[in-house]
Amino acid sequence: MANPWRKVLQRIDAYRWELPADYKPGMRVPARIYADEALLDIAGEEQAIEQAANVATLPGIVWRSLAMPDIHWGYGFPIGGVAAMRLDDGVVSPGGVGFDINCGTRLLATNLTVADVQPRIEELADRLFSEVPAGLGGTGPLRVSDAELDSLMVKGSPWMVERGYGWPEDLEATESHGCLPGARPGVVSSRARQRGHAQLGTLGAGNHFLEVQALDAVYDRQAATRFGLGEPGQVLVFFHCGSRGFGHQVCQDYLDVMEAAARKYGIDLPDKQLACAPIRSDEGGRYLAAMASAANFAWANRQLITHWVRRSFEMVFGRPAQDLGMNLVYDVAHNIAKIEKHRFEGRTVDLCVHRKGATRAFPAGHPDVPERYRDVGQPALIPGDMGRYSFLTIGLPQAMEETWGSTCHGAGRVQSRHAARRALKGADIFKRLAAMGITVRCHNKGALAEEASEAYKDVANVVEVLEHAGIARRVARMRPLAVIKG
Amino acid sequence: MAGPPFEIFEHTADAGVIARGATLAETFANAARGMYAIMVGLDGVRETEVREIEATGDDRESLLVHWLLELLFLTDTEGLVFRRFEVEINDGSLRGRAYGEPLDAERHEPGCAVKAVTRHMLEVAPENSGFRARVLFYL
Repeated sequence: MANPWRKVLQRIDAYRWELPADYKPGMRVPARIYADEALLDIAGEEQAIEQAANVATLPGIVWRSLAMPDIHWGYGFPIGGVAAMRLDDGVVSPGGVGFDINCGTRLLATNLTVADVQPRIEELADRLFSEVPAGLGGTGPLRVSDAELDSLMVKGSPWMVERGYGWPEDLEATESHGCLPGARPGVVSSRARQRGHAQLGTLGAGNHFLEVQALDAVYDRQAATRFGLGEPGQVLVFFHCGSRGFGHQVCQDYLDVMEAAARKYGIDLPDKQLACAPIRSDEGGRYLAAMASAANFAWANRQLITHWVRRSFEMVFGRPAQDLGMNLVYDVAHNIAKIEKHRFEGRTVDLCVHRKGATRAFPAGHPDVPERYRDVGQPALIPGDMGRYSFLTIGLPQAMEETWGSTCHGAGRVQSRHAARRALKGADIFKRLAAMGITVRCHNKGALAEEASEAYKDVANVVEVLEHAGIARRVARMRPLAVIKG
Repeated sequence: MAGPPFEIFEHTADAGVIARGATLAETFANAARGMYAIMVGLDGVRETEVREIEATGDDRESLLVHWLLELLFLTDTEGLVFRRFEVEINDGSLRGRAYGEPLDAERHEPGCAVKAVTRHMLEVAPENSGFRARVLFYL
């Protein structure tokens, strides 16, 4: 192992590792990595751990620069990174949020079973594939005016629900009720708006997906029941997408702004892609307002897709979505920066928590957990790869002590796209998935190999580390029946 | 010019292009071809539409990023994919023409959607008697 951090990495226990603050010049706090030996080896193959140390140099960071077990290399911040900054002297960085602002996941229940759905799975997959636009160049059928887009950016999911694209109770089951305060359309470029206009209500491409799933295992019966999950074999719908070109453009625009701001405020950065500005500066404030606009766009996007998912089920099963029990279990963001209240050094403080490839997982009793879930905790949805399974977990009290109420966000890639294609050359992924009982609809058939199980870590290993570390516990596991991809 | 007009390279979950040309303008045109080669099989793209593009930048690197972003914008908003580019660069500003057509899922061989142009590994430098540019995309 040629990695310089290997020699100084301290083992706290089997699932916690730390790089002390004297590891590299400028570090203000240690960097902590949640991993077992095997996941640490995988994380060590790229520069991800070095990136976690770089984040520790940012002004105003408190406690630790945190890395989840699914950590991998990202632009500036690692993916799977969490960092909280003081508001008075701390910074906000677009690199700590990512290009896909408020990329996140959503889980819907049904009262159908595998036996109900399996005979019609091909028809259901076709219907979902035609109702939910996906893939390169996919444009949405809902056209909004400029004024409507402004209002949508400010309101998020409620904007959609007010127009009939969803149910009022969906909002309770959405992180931040689907609306981040402080959005200001005036700080969003016309380029971002136009990309948003074209792509509202689309799933996108790459690792974004929509799956019809079967409940596969229940680990915590009480919590599962509270979330509306019954017996194994219950059919669920899980999807993963974000703010599309709107968010990509906001990030792109503000990387330029922040590069200039970092110079202006004399912030010394070990990597230009950590470009940032003081939270209290004009540039920082504008980014937070533009990011909130993109986050709200993403929530509106997932709300609109929810409407089309329900409509697809209605068309195939000939019954209203309410009768099919299609309640929203939860919607959670995994690329976002939020101002949150946390206990730190014996006081309650406001902090700007960056979660880039990390999921909020507030435990039982937290006031931001929906009332009907408050005695068990907030569902944190952790997607896996399309050939294996995904998890529903809940945050534990220790998460508030150590990770600002955050957990992992998924499996994390271990093979590049090209390597995955090469390794699977000749293998028919469609056939293989069909043999496993998984139906696939995909615009880009050639790229399917890139998303095969071999290209990803086993998400079970990732969630187990956090369970052993006392950060988040498994409630349920779901396996795919049908996969829709861009 | 030593080396092909463009080569695609992989970087963890993403991909990028190394483009070469006898002039800066030719290098930038080749970088754009590389970007569309990641998204779609270039051979299948017809030239039924043309778009005029203007871009500026503080240096060669930011000019390259802004040029490619203008093209991505047209892809996102008009659904166009391009296969041929004409580029002129004078005093840090670029004027270009892009030739292509609307994406057609039936006819085009789909690749990966390029979502953003990053500044990681970004480099534009003289090489031999021409230029070499390296740019990484977020997919």
